[in-house]
Amino acid sequence: MRPEHQDSPFVRGLKDGISICIGYLSVGFAFGIFAVSEGLTPLEAILISATNVTSAGQLAAVPVILSGGTLFELAASQLIINLRYTLMSILLSQKFDSSVRLSDRFLIAFVNTDEVFAVASSKKSVGREYLFGLILTPFLGWTAGTAAGACAGDVLPALVISALGIAIYGMFIAIVVPPAREQRSVLFCVSIAIALSCLFRFLPVLSGVQTGFVVIICSVIAAAAAAALFPLPEKEDGHEV
Amino acid sequence: MKFDAFLPYLLTMALVTYLVRAVPLVLMKKKIENRFVLSFLYYMPYAVLSVMTVPAVFFATGHVLSAAAGVVVALVLAFRKRDLLTVAIGASVGVFFAQLLLQMMG
Repeated sequence: MRPEHQDSPFVRGLKDGISICIGYLSVGFAFGIFAVSEGLTPLEAILISATNVTSAGQLAAVPVILSGGTLFELAASQLIINLRYTLMSILLSQKFDSSVRLSDRFLIAFVNTDEVFAVASSKKSVGREYLFGLILTPFLGWTAGTAAGACAGDVLPALVISALGIAIYGMFIAIVVPPAREQRSVLFCVSIAIALSCLFRFLPVLSGVQTGFVVIICSVIAAAAAAALFPLPEKEDGHEV
Repeated sequence: MKFDAFLPYLLTMALVTYLVRAVPLVLMKKKIENRFVLSFLYYMPYAVLSVMTVPAVFFATGHVLSAAAGVVVALVLAFRKRDLLTVAIGASVGVFFAQLLLQMMG
């Protein structure tokens, strides 16, 4: 940890957000290419990114939308896939100092992504100016990256586009593998999830189930099984409010 | 897709995603105590990302073999705890060269 400089909280937030922004540029780019290649218009892809700011949920939504799925299927799958943000928002709210107003919470919630949460929650406490700096560039990077990808699809050679098709999944792998390597409980959860997911894909009886519901069913079963068999240790609460 | 058919989907997903984030952040003032619920929420992201990645990742590049090459690169980099960007780009580079190789072999 380097010592605090004279930078204002906003500038410190900006600096912490830049690395997230760079990552989002490339993954947003990949999402833009994906969404347009699947059949959305560039404008639609950009609007999705600008209003949702979440990779996994957006990726899952595209096939549901394009297959003409019901709004219920879309809402239910987004709820389950994005349920983790509930926990992150609860945990993040514990880090807010007294400068964070109620109206700020409505804005911060909009860009409370996995990475923003990870950075903010690593601090002892965070104020409103720092948080505004932190969320600004990731939001811009995500949206601009999507715009670039959605429009560059025609320009880039097919080889590059197919290679970028894996970028989002690469990010998912980077999130899952390190904890799965260290915690048997996470490895168990991941294994169950993958096994179920493959069953739904390849077993003829189950392969007709809509993608949005497959994500819900498999992940709820896997997370519930892991929670039942490997409950988190009781909290000895270290951090004070 | 037609924009007026798309709009209800956009509004639905944006609303759900925002509420999931905002409701707890705005309303929640005390901590969840239930151990099972906490554990369930802890494991959920890993379950979701796993379900979304396998087997879909193997169909993301147009060829199962090139996708597998990308997955191997991603696994190795992630196992060494490289950051998200490095793993994502590494996987893409792996796919790129595997595709080149596949094309050369006809």
